[in-house]
Amino acid sequence: MNQSRPTDPYGQASPGRWWTDSRLRPGLVITLGLGLVALLAPLIAPGDPAALGAAADRLLAPSFQHLLGTDLLGRDVLTRLVHGSRVSLLVGWVSVLVAVLLGTGVGLAAGMGPRWLDRLLMNTTDAFMAFPRIFLVLLLVSLTTPSLLLVMTVLGLTGWMSVARLVRAEALSLRERDFVAVAHGLGLSARKVAFYHVLPNLLPTVIVAATLRVGGAILAESFLSFLGLGAQEPVVSWGGMIQQGRDFLLEGWWLTTFPGVAIALTVLGYNLLGEGLRAKLDPRNRGEGRDG
Amino acid sequence: MISWLARRIAVSVLLVFILISAVFFIVRLAPGDPLDQIVEEEFGADSRDQMRHRLGLDEPLFRQYLKWLAASLQGDFGTSLRQQRSVGSIIGEALPATLLLTVTAYLLHLLLALGAALVSVDRSRRTLDQGIQAVGLTLYSLPAFWLGLMLIMLLSRKLGWFPSGGMHAPDARFMSGGAWFADLLHHLALPVITLALGSFMGTARYLRTSLAEVLGQDYILSARSRGLSERRVLFNHALRNALLPVITLLGLSLPFLLGGAVVVEVVFGWPGMGRVAIEAIWARDYPVIMGTTLVSALTVVAGSLLADILYRRVDPRVRFSSREGL
Repeated sequence: MNQSRPTDPYGQASPGRWWTDSRLRPGLVITLGLGLVALLAPLIAPGDPAALGAAADRLLAPSFQHLLGTDLLGRDVLTRLVHGSRVSLLVGWVSVLVAVLLGTGVGLAAGMGPRWLDRLLMNTTDAFMAFPRIFLVLLLVSLTTPSLLLVMTVLGLTGWMSVARLVRAEALSLRERDFVAVAHGLGLSARKVAFYHVLPNLLPTVIVAATLRVGGAILAESFLSFLGLGAQEPVVSWGGMIQQGRDFLLEGWWLTTFPGVAIALTVLGYNLLGEGLRAKLDPRNRGEGRDG
Repeated sequence: MISWLARRIAVSVLLVFILISAVFFIVRLAPGDPLDQIVEEEFGADSRDQMRHRLGLDEPLFRQYLKWLAASLQGDFGTSLRQQRSVGSIIGEALPATLLLTVTAYLLHLLLALGAALVSVDRSRRTLDQGIQAVGLTLYSLPAFWLGLMLIMLLSRKLGWFPSGGMHAPDARFMSGGAWFADLLHHLALPVITLALGSFMGTARYLRTSLAEVLGQDYILSARSRGLSERRVLFNHALRNALLPVITLLGLSLPFLLGGAVVVEVVFGWPGMGRVAIEAIWARDYPVIMGTTLVSALTVVAGSLLADILYRRVDPRVRFSSREGL
């Protein structure tokens, strides 16, 4: 590929057309929009989302005063949804960041290091993968007092394996390329080659992998909060809101319905963004999906 | 083949052993005390100590570990601290329930995925394909526990078509065989739909790639040029080969299916392994935690091993190379 032409099959050189992509556009709109909502939550929905409402305001159906209704304690559901976005995005991003950093480190070491290291690291990776992640997460999260920090750490520490495999495979293919041979030939140390020559070329793969995993992390957090193992009152979380509405499925249908829609929309946004980015940045790994 | 198999099994056994040992120490070193659930407050410290001694929980940790290991190797997983029942019988009841749920859900999952993949390689159905893609990706983004709650809300509470949870009606034990089975299927429907709907899109995409690849092969061209109907080409020639990778996928899907089952079991009150495990974790019921951990790890490892062996049997192109261990 020596020149950027409109027919460029990888679309790398045509950022201007990102906006017309059927996945990137809705993905960007949703994720950027939600990011703004989370950042500006106190401005969009002023007031304390945990403050109790008046007795007359309890369990009101959606109306013009309360667009999405009120909960058992008379609190506005929309206000709580806006504030709850912060927990979802924070946990999603931080845990994925931990997982991706760890996975990239392990994958790079396995792919670029000596054979014995590769074997050791990949067998360890397989060991972690051989277990349903949710069991491990539940086990670790429920051992001490629940907190958001714990949830982020545990999701990060149990989510790196598939990234490591992906990065290793990519590194194994990159190390056979001419530019790596040249770098070695110039007398650079193995570590320098790995960090300054191979790692930058792994970035598109890593960025795509990270984006595709944010949705999964948000889903996991919402389930943990639903079980009461995530964010604790007075912090608002979407999963916790669903739990509170669970006993009023019919009488207070808005309590369970809207937080779920919010989670689904967020996850859909990140999945669309990730898939759009993959098609643009990393066309070879199109078969690789999100991990459970 | 034999040496490959031996190596593969040895690695698997080692994996399970390391994992289960790690869980043993993590669970016991974590805060929380199983006695909180068994001994009432008013019994005081004396009887707590007695109870602890009787259960062997006052011994040094490593000694407890060796004892547990020796007993487990003889197939004795101990007695639940919370319920006065053996771990074996608790798991013996929960495992079939989970298997019934996951296997049925996986069959539906495969059917949906196959349907979606067949539509997507048919060029005359572009609009339908795009619709399925959009719906599938949306379903894929839903929290499974919420999808379950929505189904309960609409199909169970509102319309009353399905029971909202559990595995049997309260009077199931008085039913005749046929009615009992119908009742079981009635309870099974919503959990299975929840588990299959939320997950089929991943497999559908995998199948589509595999099917598109097969359809580009020379033998498909040759089948078409012999004048075979498109239907015959698709089902008799292409599909068989396209389904090969599904075997590997089956092994990879196992951890995910067991994980999904946890979520669905919690929402629908399905008396399976996931619920048993969660309740045991809450109660710090050490023997039950170890038992469920061991069984799910063994299931997953055995599943991926089985998938590997099957794949090598049906696809002679895969060689038994020594690099495979990675």
